Amino acid sequence: MKYETVIGLEVHVELSTESKIFCSCSAKFGGEQNEHVCPACCGMPGMLPIVNKHVIDLGMTAGMMLNCDINRVTTFDKKNYYYPDLPGAYQTTQWFAPICVNGFLEIETSKGKKQIRIKQIHMEEDAGKLVHDDWTDTTLVDFNRTSVPLIEIVSQPDLSSAEDAIAYLERLRELLRFAKVSDCRWEQGSMRCDVNLSIRPEGSDVLGVRTEMKNMNSLSAIKRAIEYEIARHTDALEKGTEKLVQETRRWDDTKGKSFAMRNKETAGDYRYFPDPNVMPIVIDDKWFNDIKESIPLFPEIKKANYINEIGLSEYDAEQISSSRALCDVFDAAYAECGMAKETANWIITDCMNILNKKQETADMLTVNGKSLGQLIKLVSEDKVSRGNAKRILAVMFNDNINPEKYAKENGFIVSNDIGAIEEIIKNVINADSKSVSDFKNGKEKALMALFGKCMKELKGNCNPQVLREILIDNINKI
Amino acid sequence: MKLYISESAKLEKNIVVDDMILTTNMPTSAGSKMLDGYISLFDAEVVTRLRSQNYTVFAKSNTGEMGIDFLGETSYYGVCIDENENVVNALAQSIKTKDSMAGIALEVNGSASRAAALSGLTFVKPTYGTVSRFGTIASACSGETVGVMAENAKICEEILEKISGHDDKDGTSLPQELCEKAKIVSSIKKIAIAKSLMKNISDGTKNAISLVIDKLKSQGIEIVEIDAEELLLAKPAWNILMSAEVCNNVSRYDGVKYGYRSPNYTTIDELYTNSRTEAFGYLLKSTILYGSEVLSNEKYMKVYDKSLRIRRVIKDYFDNKFDEFDAILAPVCSKMFYTFDEVNSNIYLAYEESVYTAPSSITGLPVVVSNGVQFIGKALSEGSLLALAEKLEGDKK
Repeated sequence: MKYETVIGLEVHVELSTESKIFCSCSAKFGGEQNEHVCPACCGMPGMLPIVNKHVIDLGMTAGMMLNCDINRVTTFDKKNYYYPDLPGAYQTTQWFAPICVNGFLEIETSKGKKQIRIKQIHMEEDAGKLVHDDWTDTTLVDFNRTSVPLIEIVSQPDLSSAEDAIAYLERLRELLRFAKVSDCRWEQGSMRCDVNLSIRPEGSDVLGVRTEMKNMNSLSAIKRAIEYEIARHTDALEKGTEKLVQETRRWDDTKGKSFAMRNKETAGDYRYFPDPNVMPIVIDDKWFNDIKESIPLFPEIKKANYINEIGLSEYDAEQISSSRALCDVFDAAYAECGMAKETANWIITDCMNILNKKQETADMLTVNGKSLGQLIKLVSEDKVSRGNAKRILAVMFNDNINPEKYAKENGFIVSNDIGAIEEIIKNVINADSKSVSDFKNGKEKALMALFGKCMKELKGNCNPQVLREILIDNINKI
Repeated sequence: MKLYISESAKLEKNIVVDDMILTTNMPTSAGSKMLDGYISLFDAEVVTRLRSQNYTVFAKSNTGEMGIDFLGETSYYGVCIDENENVVNALAQSIKTKDSMAGIALEVNGSASRAAALSGLTFVKPTYGTVSRFGTIASACSGETVGVMAENAKICEEILEKISGHDDKDGTSLPQELCEKAKIVSSIKKIAIAKSLMKNISDGTKNAISLVIDKLKSQGIEIVEIDAEELLLAKPAWNILMSAEVCNNVSRYDGVKYGYRSPNYTTIDELYTNSRTEAFGYLLKSTILYGSEVLSNEKYMKVYDKSLRIRRVIKDYFDNKFDEFDAILAPVCSKMFYTFDEVNSNIYLAYEESVYTAPSSITGLPVVVSNGVQFIGKALSEGSLLALAEKLEGDKK
């Protein structure tokens, strides 16, 4: 008999907010243990939750990227369970009125395009981390991650293979990063996935016995786990190797096997109820529209626009549209200077060079796009040499400067004063008569030495073409 | 009676706060062994506000565990009784003996109202959201309110004015303009007596109410009677909501981070179970069990959700009725005093007696207790209720 696989994914994504969901502690990854904590996020009595508005903004943004309906009145609820990394012994989450419902995500696989329905997106807080100390044989708790805001994106069981699941996760990651909802780093746990899987005879409309694998944190592990589970379920149904039960399983990526978790950990009545300390959040038209307007075009649409509307090459468009930060800088710079190809070059080559030196990724580009546009204009108008413009760009990475003002103040404006240039050339020629005679004897390299010296004296503020002509002129006069 | 006296104690402008209100210079234990000796890292907003206005928050008074009992009798530190072996409340006692000019209490299930009524003091429980709950130990968040107890309504008004107002640190805090509105005094012309709450009360309580009615009439206030059967729904509904919230709020006391930890454990489950078993008292344990049950998958819709709907019904009832009259007059307890034996032998006493206080607890409406009775008013009418109480108390002299 042929079987088909039914997969639903629950994806947890940590939101890119500065602070935690209910207090003002930093939500940054890392830090010393228990560095980012306050009485609220370590569960001390007397603190009350104050909702971080940016969390709601990002929740809505995610929903709009995934074609969801936004619940205009959304509420927070408490989910009760005991675990030492959960300081209040409850997690604040959304059970009764999640912020987004009924969306879809389109994926593309070797079998073509397919829509995966999104059941809901809800906001919640993360838990802390337990650290086992082998020396003293004790377990310590680190509350840095408690109350870091998350969204959980719950799909309908519309996926039918490991390939589907991977395509879904990759596309989801691409869109959420592009919308600046999350940095979606699997390795830092800011993206995690629970896989619900069952199989059934092909064409059947009854779902089989479902197993869940929790907290998967890499695409390769997810792929292998799904393939393993499909094989295990198929063997169980065809050969009767085991009786399938609904359970939560743990995937061991080293052994390449899944194991049943103790039943106690899986059976739960979380006693959800509305959190009386968080008033229902009402999203009015203005708030809704503000977020709607901030939603970016999808990256592939952006890329097509770059090619068709402003004539970027396929390669340049691909590079720029690969990151929202690059797009933002490009759009602002292009709006300022109107030179698409030049702008793309400055970003892809010069900005990326500086980022690489700082060991940063494209997403971390924060240079002011408008200023970059002004800088490109200065170069194209021959007001600043390209070499000096690069120096100014490096400054722009650290400070928000006006490039023209900075160039003037620091002597980076190209000189058009021929008399002054000739003065310097004469000095250089007089000081280095050897190079002059070398050049006259046919050594082209000697000219470069003289040219370099002049350029140095001029601090680069000269059109090289002009300098070269005057230099040769002056040598010939001798 | 447990009374921590801070060194900076001054004799005038002394304020006592109950054991649910966090202070950095004195322990706060919510009457529980679990938090015995717990010192907060921050002061409650009410404490900060009082201190910044030159009041001395000089002492803590004994509270029943998590503030949910009848009169404070479930405290880990013992029960407070007077020379006639009647149970009294520590906060009220501190005011009666003139140690404090006023007391601040977190009113969860009526114990502060009862304390004032039984001691002949005045207590105001303002509209929910007008006084910040920041820095109060969470018990039943959807109804608990910080209130003021004092010898008379004038002092209550003075202190309430100092502590009320919007607070950004409390998400349920009302906007400042609404908090201001609560101070406005408009005259009370018509008061209703809720017949449903007048059954099963002792003769002494009946007399107290008759006396107040006479005084009100002599001031030209019209008295009407209403059936108000709806208000009887408040007791079970509030106790269900309260149990669930208490159960959730005290689950943070698990022996892991702070507070009592049992020495007897080898696994994490034993750590939880033994710490909580050894540190919590009987009433709190029953409340936790009850609260867990009403939130279970099986009972949620049948019990908890229904209680939320009843809260709405009672709120609507009040909203409609307050078009017909200005306040409701009702008893606070069924009797004038309670002996230690009575309180000690009846674990359902707080539940039974909450029939009088639950209507305002579940709706968050303001209440003023004075002359041994309570006046329940519409939202933000505590200014008017206090003015009425002031007039009644003026008659006394």
